[in-house]
Amino acid sequence: MTRPRVTIDGNEAAAYVAYHTNEVIAIYPITPSSPMGEWADQWSAERKPNIWGGVPRVVEMQSEGGAAGSLHGALQAGSLATTFTASQGLLLMIPNMYKIAGELTSAVIHVAARTVATHALSIFGDHSDVMAARSTGFAMLASNSVQEVMDLALIAQAATLEARVPFLHFFDGFRTSHEVSKVEQLSVDDLRAMLDEDLVRAHRARALSPDRSVIRGTAQNPDVYFQGREAVNPYYLSCPTIVQTLMDKFARLTGRQYHLFDYVGAPDAERVIVLMGSGAEAVQETVEHLVARGQKVGLIKVRLYRPFSVRDFIAALPSTVKTIAVLDRTKEPGATGEPLYLDVLAALQESAARNKKDSPFSVTPRVIGGRYGLSSKEFTPAMIKGVFDETKKPKPANHFTIGIEDDVTHTSLTYDQAFSTEDQGTVRAVFYGLGSDGTVGANKNSIKIIGEDTANYAQGYFVYDSKKAGSVTISHLRFGPKPIHSTYLIRQASFVACHQPGFLERIDMLESAEPGATFLLNTPYSKDEVWNHLPRAAQEQIIRKKLRFFVVDAVKVAREAGMGGRINTVMQTCFFALSGVLPRNEAVAAIKRSIEETYGKRGEAVVQKNFAAVDRALDHLSEVSVPELVTSTLEVGVAVPSEAPEFVQRVTAKIIAGQGDNLPVSALPVDGTFPTGTAQWEKRNIALEIPVWDEGLCIQCGKCVLVCPHAVIRAKVYESGQLAAAPATFKSAAARWKDFKEMRYTLQVSPEDCTGCRLCVEVCPAKSKSEVRHKAINMCPQAPLREQERENWNFFLSLPEPDKATLSLGQVKDVQLLQPLFEFSGACAGCGETPYIKLLTQLFGDRALIANATGCSSIYGGNLPTTPYTANGQGRGPAWSNSLFEDNAEFGLGMRLALDQQADYARYLLLKLSTALGEGFVQEILKADQSEPNGISAQRKRIAILKQKLEGLESFEARDLLNVADALVRKSVWIVGGDGWAYDIGYGGLDHVLASGANVNILVLDTEVYSNTGGQMSKATPRAAVAKFAAGGKSKPKKDLAMMAMSYGSVYVARVAMGGSDTQTLKAFWEAEAYEGPSLIIAYSHCIAHGYDMAYGMEQQKAAVQSGYWPLFRYHPILAKEGRNPLQLDSRPPSIPLEKYVYNETRYTMLAHSDPEAAKQLLELAQADVKERWRLYENLAAQALAGALK
Amino acid sequence: MIDLTTTYLGLKLKNPLVASASPLSKDLDNVRKMEDAGAAAIVLHSLFEEQIKLESHELDRFLGAGTESFPESLTYLPEVNWYNRGPDGYLEHLSRVKGAVQVPVIASLNGISPGGWTKYAPIMQEAGADALELNIYDVATDPDVTSAQIEEMYCDLVREVTFTLQIPLAVKLSPYFTAIANVASHLERAGANALVLFNRFYQPDFDLESREVVPRLMLSNSYELPLRLHWVAILYGRIRAGLAVSGGVHTAEDVLKAMMAGAQVAMMTSALLKHGAGYFSEVLASVAAWMEDHEYESIQQMRGSMAMRAVPDPTAFERANYMRALNSYTLRMSR
Repeated sequence: MTRPRVTIDGNEAAAYVAYHTNEVIAIYPITPSSPMGEWADQWSAERKPNIWGGVPRVVEMQSEGGAAGSLHGALQAGSLATTFTASQGLLLMIPNMYKIAGELTSAVIHVAARTVATHALSIFGDHSDVMAARSTGFAMLASNSVQEVMDLALIAQAATLEARVPFLHFFDGFRTSHEVSKVEQLSVDDLRAMLDEDLVRAHRARALSPDRSVIRGTAQNPDVYFQGREAVNPYYLSCPTIVQTLMDKFARLTGRQYHLFDYVGAPDAERVIVLMGSGAEAVQETVEHLVARGQKVGLIKVRLYRPFSVRDFIAALPSTVKTIAVLDRTKEPGATGEPLYLDVLAALQESAARNKKDSPFSVTPRVIGGRYGLSSKEFTPAMIKGVFDETKKPKPANHFTIGIEDDVTHTSLTYDQAFSTEDQGTVRAVFYGLGSDGTVGANKNSIKIIGEDTANYAQGYFVYDSKKAGSVTISHLRFGPKPIHSTYLIRQASFVACHQPGFLERIDMLESAEPGATFLLNTPYSKDEVWNHLPRAAQEQIIRKKLRFFVVDAVKVAREAGMGGRINTVMQTCFFALSGVLPRNEAVAAIKRSIEETYGKRGEAVVQKNFAAVDRALDHLSEVSVPELVTSTLEVGVAVPSEAPEFVQRVTAKIIAGQGDNLPVSALPVDGTFPTGTAQWEKRNIALEIPVWDEGLCIQCGKCVLVCPHAVIRAKVYESGQLAAAPATFKSAAARWKDFKEMRYTLQVSPEDCTGCRLCVEVCPAKSKSEVRHKAINMCPQAPLREQERENWNFFLSLPEPDKATLSLGQVKDVQLLQPLFEFSGACAGCGETPYIKLLTQLFGDRALIANATGCSSIYGGNLPTTPYTANGQGRGPAWSNSLFEDNAEFGLGMRLALDQQADYARYLLLKLSTALGEGFVQEILKADQSEPNGISAQRKRIAILKQKLEGLESFEARDLLNVADALVRKSVWIVGGDGWAYDIGYGGLDHVLASGANVNILVLDTEVYSNTGGQMSKATPRAAVAKFAAGGKSKPKKDLAMMAMSYGSVYVARVAMGGSDTQTLKAFWEAEAYEGPSLIIAYSHCIAHGYDMAYGMEQQKAAVQSGYWPLFRYHPILAKEGRNPLQLDSRPPSIPLEKYVYNETRYTMLAHSDPEAAKQLLELAQADVKERWRLYENLAAQALAGALK
Repeated sequence: MIDLTTTYLGLKLKNPLVASASPLSKDLDNVRKMEDAGAAAIVLHSLFEEQIKLESHELDRFLGAGTESFPESLTYLPEVNWYNRGPDGYLEHLSRVKGAVQVPVIASLNGISPGGWTKYAPIMQEAGADALELNIYDVATDPDVTSAQIEEMYCDLVREVTFTLQIPLAVKLSPYFTAIANVASHLERAGANALVLFNRFYQPDFDLESREVVPRLMLSNSYELPLRLHWVAILYGRIRAGLAVSGGVHTAEDVLKAMMAGAQVAMMTSALLKHGAGYFSEVLASVAAWMEDHEYESIQQMRGSMAMRAVPDPTAFERANYMRALNSYTLRMSR
């Protein structure tokens, strides 16, 4: 039978089998497994049937715990059910996994294995999550490649039905889940052939049903629980045989034979590596390379890790083995070794004990264990060779690490980094692109073309950025006649393409070019001009390695074709022409086919412009005649300024430069604690245009400063004498404040930190009287301004910060003068969340503790290399941390409890020491009014004096009070997160914290989807909007979180939208913080996932308010106590139809395009929702009586 | 019995009242209501050349924005396998309207340049359109482009569309031509079976407070009718193409005037937007009553009865009328 060859990634391969072989699918987004859920949801929306003809029911839950619960329920009620997850998500499923396994329930959970957050979160791959689930009783089956994901997903499904043991089928996050590879797709007949219908029916027959009433889930006592637990043994004992039998059946069906433990290598190998996961592929490549060179080495790929079959493991090892190196992709601090290592040791020990006289081995093998590849750390043949070399030593290291330099406890092995097993017959191409230029998308299509239009094997892997704006992408493409086992990045490239000429100055990309390789550069310079614009290292390597060097002005071609900045198809066409993988005509035809496939549904015009780009590309491609001499003096690299702190110079700078892999263990903090204020040292220069101030027009309203998502546009008022030292181009104007009459005002932009989002320009209300398009700020090209404005910015920073006491902080105009303590984050250009966070730090940052739920705000808030939270001139700034996604409200409450406890203790000590400290002084501290900034500032001064006094006292109490005295200054606890957290996964905790009465401030950055994981529906998603997991438009209205919180009567609640009313937003922040109880601010946050130009974000916010979709209000419990209505509506009745607001956004219009009838109906319902809710709020706000809302 | 029938674009119509292209026809219920109220034909809302392209580009831009950049969110919106973009949705709507009403349905294409998008004309034909109206709506802002070039481009466009079309074609024009009669005759030779006089331009307005240019939709009124009457009366009998009046038709009187000027049909939009889709019946009843009062037997009888060539003093349509009007005004003033 011929099966289709498809080029897909691991997630799609798993989802394909899971979807076709299940009936109920519970999903929840978590990287890197989210695409499995997305595929399932999409197919279900398309009414794609499973192998039995039904359309699986796909349900998104509020958390992975919820997904596991509904999985358990669906299984108990007799459905074939599955779910997908990773990392913390898997951890949340563990309680149910024990139940599912304890009840011998047939099910498979597919896991894209990912690091569990410890000292830091990591989205990347290792086995720490699946290893945490190894005691649940689930069988564990590991896939090492995309093909294996498809194959073993099916074997797992078949095995669970027969064995009744549930299966955890896992593969490495990103390396396998996101690797695009050519695989043979199993047919529906294959799926049917592997699944025994009688077993499916038996599964249904075991279901709970009132028609044959039984009870499950009893509580048991010491008398029988133990025996009941042991009753499952026969099932686990027979499981390995069942799996192997099915593997054999699968082999008969497809020709691909798997074993519980697959051995690869010399039959007489003396040194064997044991591991599982994608690393096994790289080890296979290395073993084959070494065996071909006469080395006696081998590899055991562990496939069925649980139940671990000792017999099969021993049988898989060659009898000649002398040393076994067991590699674990996880770390268990404090253990006697990592899990697989311990299993191997135990297996050998047990086997030796059993076969004392008849050992299968000529000598008793010695076993060493090591860790590799945590958080997707590269695992290369060079490292593998290093491990094999270690096994040769008479006294090899044990509990070693490979791939890092451990200069603290010296666990790391050294290895020859130059060792390579790259197959010379395989084309290895590396592409450096900008996120927005479409490079990755085009490369995915290229791999598809090569995989499906040629006989070649093909692999694509993509490395992305930690920043969401101006991000660099690196695509690694391999293809050739031999199967590809290289599960590591390309280190010797036969083709290097630079899609953004600026990258050449930042990245030494030709380092990976092998001699004779081809280098393709997108550049505005012609073949005759380009040489003099290359950095020295590039010139030197082009000459030394005899590279063939080609240039194309892809930007020009793309622009002429109407493609704007998307140069992808131009570069793709050049790549095909240069690689010669297909004859040019065929390549062009194939590219066009793939364009039609990818973009056809978006319209003919889009297809045509892409075609135009393809057709013009090759006319502009030319080969550079390479000179013989290096002439450039330009050095590659991004320098961190010399005034940066030592840690930034020593550590951060290396990470910024892409050298983080070379940092030794000693360079990293032991407990995940990092200095703040590091984003300022990473000048990314990503804006092509920046705002430029027209001081003559500016009315100094401060709106631009308020909305700037990256805190790059700032204002100061200062004495005119300060200008004496100003650079020549530094601008200023007379300050337009009553109280600052003689002073100067400057609005300054940081040119190198700006992302060019244009929010500031759009919000600027000041227009020229003679040419209205000219505003008080206007976008101008960055490059010519960079030097000058950098100097101006530095001078601006040197100007003094204002004294808060002199400002009226209830007005936006004055707030612009406050120093933001959140700056230059890696958020998307034009982000709608960050202006609120920045405001928070301006108002309260010097005394704020921030608990941040996982999500966009924790990523742009805390992702290395550099982080945006910073401190003021006194060293005070937000203390920020991210615990988890689900627990953030509780995390923040814990902070509050600790602060209150410390303050109580400090007060107790103060009283105890009052004689020594002076009673009046102590009373001053105890009774200090800290409700205003001035009061806080006065208290800080008192505490400073207190500390001085305490230094002079010798007592236990004095030392302890010194230790906790800072708690006497009012602290502000902020619990920050997105709607995925607040409305869904963290809602239970949020609700509990609201009910607790504790003085915490909760800021919900409501983007109405799970933005960070790519726009999945949450309960905040509005009716009629399309989101992932709601591809047909969300049919139910948005949850009214504010109303739920108001129902307590004791919670301060505000609904704000900065673009709707900045003054109301400001008021809400002040009131929330001042309220001595829980406060909840729900902030409308426009988002890239809404699908429009975010420069108009504030305008959209205004439309949301005008339409009545987002009424602005504040609910202040204090008012109720004063006999007034606590609810104040701050926006006017709807003045525009909902349609005028929503149809500016693709999330709504795409439904109108894909299903106009549904869109119409949902819009009507959504409009009715708006009217109804407005009526309700209006009524509530109109009530005159105190406590009316209680 | 009064005979209200007329022929337009070769289609035998039960009366001369036609619903012109407007957002009303986007809704199937409205279309049904218009037919029930007596509309003799329905011109569907226009499929805009720019809209087709714009929707495609916008969809592409925003579905692509921010994608394949950040590892956790490689896309932001779900993949949908099929988009009912401008043409698809339009064609689907056209078929549905055809299925829902008995009266002829005239599809409408709005654009200015020959090019790929005119391929929708034959597709509209396949989807069941009884005729096609080509709405040429252009704001010629380029000082280097001559009126001759623009007129030639329009004729090319008409030729391109008619080349693939079996159903009749009407061309809807703006009044802003130096030589309307000449343009009309060229368009006729290029293949237009009828001319619809005239397009109304939606000119933008200024918001003084925000100093922004804002779109302004002002409904027509009967004051706009004379310009149409004027040109229909001039063209009637001079070109073979049929004529339709569009813009300013609000009352039965307006309809009667249009017929007498020489139009085959009178098209309505603003009056319907104001009074609702059922307004046709009111106007029709009044037309019939007027004809009865004045003893007209048929529309055919009155068609062109006041066209330039039919009136005793054709100078009323020419420059002489202008002088006369001015004179009468000054005379009145000086009294």
